[in-house]
Amino acid sequence: MSMTEEVSAVAMKAMKDHQGEPRPVIDDELHRRLRPRWVRVTGVAGLLGLTATVVLGLWVTPPDETQGNLVRLVYLHPPVAWVALYLAFGLAALSSLLYLWRRTRSLFWDRLAAASVEVGVVFNALTLATGMLWGRPTWGVWWTWDARLTSTALLLVLFLGYLALRRVPAAPEVRARRCAVAAIVAFVDVPIVHFSVVWWQTLHQGATVLNPDLSPTIHGSMAWTLLLGFLAMTAVFVWMVSIRYRIETLADEAVTRSLATALAERWAEDEASGTAPTFGLGASSVPEEVVSATRGDPQMSVGEIVR
Amino acid sequence: MLRDAWLVAGRDLRIEARSRVALWQVLPFALLALVLFAFALGPDRATLASAAPGLFWVAVLFSGVLAVHRSVAIESGEGTRDGLRLSGLDPAGIFLGKAAAVALQLAALEVVLWLGMRVLFGVTIRAIWLAVAAAALATIGLAAAGVIYGALSGGLRVRETLLPLLVLPVVAPVLLAASRVWSAAAVGAVGAGESWLRILGPFALVYLAVGVVVYGPLLEAG
Repeated sequence: MSMTEEVSAVAMKAMKDHQGEPRPVIDDELHRRLRPRWVRVTGVAGLLGLTATVVLGLWVTPPDETQGNLVRLVYLHPPVAWVALYLAFGLAALSSLLYLWRRTRSLFWDRLAAASVEVGVVFNALTLATGMLWGRPTWGVWWTWDARLTSTALLLVLFLGYLALRRVPAAPEVRARRCAVAAIVAFVDVPIVHFSVVWWQTLHQGATVLNPDLSPTIHGSMAWTLLLGFLAMTAVFVWMVSIRYRIETLADEAVTRSLATALAERWAEDEASGTAPTFGLGASSVPEEVVSATRGDPQMSVGEIVR
Repeated sequence: MLRDAWLVAGRDLRIEARSRVALWQVLPFALLALVLFAFALGPDRATLASAAPGLFWVAVLFSGVLAVHRSVAIESGEGTRDGLRLSGLDPAGIFLGKAAAVALQLAALEVVLWLGMRVLFGVTIRAIWLAVAAAALATIGLAAAGVIYGALSGGLRVRETLLPLLVLPVVAPVLLAASRVWSAAAVGAVGAGESWLRILGPFALVYLAVGVVVYGPLLEAG
């Protein structure tokens, strides 16, 4: 259903039960299935897992032979990087592709992509931050133009661009298509960025005394703690994405609903003044500006719903 | 498709020939950047010469963003986009045409910029063919990626601020590879330079292919 049809259908409904409670207008499978309880359970599991990881990582596991206490960051940094670079951006790429593919096109994929990019950007920044915390005492510098660091940083900027594009006001379908294309175009770049910075490092004499590899073999309590860290971070990721997804859906719903209300009021005025209601015209000429204006600040729209 | 590309490229270049925006605004900007680089790095010719390849490509990148802005601005007149959609031209052809026009303008700019660099920074290049090959591939890649993002941010009011944020990270590998090739070409290290063409070539090809596929949907999304 196109935006315009959706709006006019809602407006018709809103006109019928003029004073009635507004009903949820966006029919969204995942939104209905995302039961608050399960979202909460995932969140609690993730946070408990993280707490356990912290306790195990800080007090139970032994310090490393060569790295001493610094090794404890290994329980945090790789899981965070795994979530950002593989889970989040992988999911975003897949959803964007599925949105662009005609047979699976649905705003569901668009919202999922948006939610996971947003969480991915946070985790990407955390990856860089935790990496720097480790790099400073180990390598003596906060930052080195190592291939892996450089490509991670570029990835962060690439997806910040995606988020910036997403904040540009537009009708949901237009925005979805635009963002899906942007995500794909950015994703195509990832392997090229990777190879170019790897070569840059090897051909350009850099300070590659620094070896980002951690101790190759790791076992016992350390391995278990690391595994727990991965699981906990994944749960936190799923939790955050579900919440972001819900907010995306609600924000879209807020826009649709406020438009519908405005239209219904307008038609009611028309009826009261005796002129024929301009159904077709009214629905098809919802100006882009109206959509844009209401899309302007998603946070505000969500706030309105909560209220 | 190629005939459509030819038509669109001809139109864009004809508009440029008549309006001369690239000539009087983009090109002076690129030359100004050269002077500013010299101010930033100091008047030492050895320093300038060693930094020259990187600076050259940074200047080309920024001018490229301006050229793409201009290329989008041509389309943003009243009803132009609809006209283009209704014209029956193949979207892939439109994309190729616009990319070709931007690439040609950039190529001309690179020639002038290079002369400026030669005079102001005193740089010489030993392996000319290597530098030219790299420049050709890099320019095609820049133009293709730029035109895709140009269409993406086409009708937006925040285009000026959004486009650089979107394009520059994507073309970062081009900057990296092209400056490395030019550094290698400057000292005649052909072997080291050649391997970088393996980044520039695929980049250009990939973004030409992506553009051919996604330009149609982007035009519709308007």
